Amino acid sequence: MSVKESGVVSQEKGQDGYKIVCERISKEFIQKGTQRVHVLEDISVAVRKNEFVVILGPGQSGKTTLLRIIAGLEIPTTGRVLLDGREVTGPGPDRGLVFQGYMLFPWKTVMGNVEIGPKLRGVPKKERREIAARYIKLVGLDGFENHYPHQLSGGMKQRVGIARAYVNSPEVMLLDEPFGQLDAQTRYYMEKETVRIWETERRTVIFVTNNIDEAIYLGDRIITLQGKLPGRMHAVYEVDLPRPREHTDMKFLELRHIITEASELTL
Amino acid sequence: MAYEEVKVKKPLALRLLPIASLVFFLGTWQLIVDFEVLPSSMLASPWQVIQLFVVKLTEANPDGAVLARHAWTSIQEAFTGYILSLIVGIPLGLFMGWFVVAEGLARPFFEMIRPIPPIAWIPLTIFWFGIGLAGKVFIIWIAGIVPCVINSYVGVRMTNPTLIQMARTYGATDWQIFTQICIPSALPMVFGALQIALAYCWTNLVGAELLAADTGLGFLITMGRRLARPDMVVLGMISVGLTGAFIGVIIDRVEKRLLAGIRR
Repeated sequence: MSVKESGVVSQEKGQDGYKIVCERISKEFIQKGTQRVHVLEDISVAVRKNEFVVILGPGQSGKTTLLRIIAGLEIPTTGRVLLDGREVTGPGPDRGLVFQGYMLFPWKTVMGNVEIGPKLRGVPKKERREIAARYIKLVGLDGFENHYPHQLSGGMKQRVGIARAYVNSPEVMLLDEPFGQLDAQTRYYMEKETVRIWETERRTVIFVTNNIDEAIYLGDRIITLQGKLPGRMHAVYEVDLPRPREHTDMKFLELRHIITEASELTL
Repeated sequence: MAYEEVKVKKPLALRLLPIASLVFFLGTWQLIVDFEVLPSSMLASPWQVIQLFVVKLTEANPDGAVLARHAWTSIQEAFTGYILSLIVGIPLGLFMGWFVVAEGLARPFFEMIRPIPPIAWIPLTIFWFGIGLAGKVFIIWIAGIVPCVINSYVGVRMTNPTLIQMARTYGATDWQIFTQICIPSALPMVFGALQIALAYCWTNLVGAELLAADTGLGFLITMGRRLARPDMVVLGMISVGLTGAFIGVIIDRVEKRLLAGIRR
């Protein structure tokens, strides 16, 4: 069940259906002028088209930084990211990012928040409202179009975040611990919803989390990062369980055990 | 959504306390003058001020204008300068907050002018404009523009950087980020500037009128000094305070309307 893959690909340039390829990425930040902080070390990942990849690691393992590099919001110190074989040089609408906090515009309604992407690209009002309405419905918020973020619960806010990312029809969805701030029940429910949404509208997904159960429940593949900076790749697990998955399924628990055991020393 | 707090009615004695305090203050003041603790050449009693107030409603002498005309002159000057400072200061601050070139160009001038008290401009404005409306409008403009620029600048600077990054991932241009994210984020700070700028404008208006004017509430105070009429000085002071408070209330109302309009 658990297949440990080697670091993957250097010359292929996104052939064989690889949507995203990270080639030997490392990242250093310079703090307070001189102090160097080494955040990521030699990360190589290849993600297939429409694959759901989970990056699992404890706090301070550089997983958010990795996601931001893929999003184009940070530049790797060495290495590069390829999207369909082309090097990523900055952020773009082909990658939809769902943020850790909700990051909604407090002065805009649900509709206003969701339609922001097409609006910025100059899509005419009627058209963008139609698209936005479709994704608001997809995430189950129809009827709340005219609500403001402060009138929504945490789970609903993150649904808005997901709809907002989806509405640009990005080829890749990047989710950065999207459910970290939710209570356990809501979180569980949102994980189910994430699978439902992903099965309705297939996308390549890279999902960052620190929660093992969430990782196994969601991912086709789980990449673990070891704790303590700099973040290094620890192992890669294929999750070949059929969906919808059950947290109490024997195989689920088995895999959970394997990952916990393997990462106990480093996670 | 916030719950309304349960309102507990204050005991009667507590509600009367402010009134009692005011009566005590005015009473003591009246007695100080009546019993000549201070000579009447140094301080006028509340009663004398009220009497003069009634007289000045219709009587232009000895200072040349009725009270309403003084107040109206002051309001006109303050308001013109205030509006001009908003029109120039707010966009300037917003631009300086977002566009590096705007900041690089405007910042040195702004930092040079900022620490100079507006009243220090009075002699120059008398050279340039005489003692009419324009000079005082200029002083008030200088006074009001400082908080407008600072608040708008800080408001833009405080925009949540993640919101900006999010817009970038959606391919937003610099101008779109400025107009659609930075300006709405800065609005609460900009509205704060409306009140602060008004206070600056009003204070400096009176300062300007003390030195260069032929009407206006500040001029009324100056005339009181020249004619050795403490009642006129105190009437001027109180009129300045009340008119300022009145304008403040109006701006507060307008601000709330505008904010409500934007939030909906």
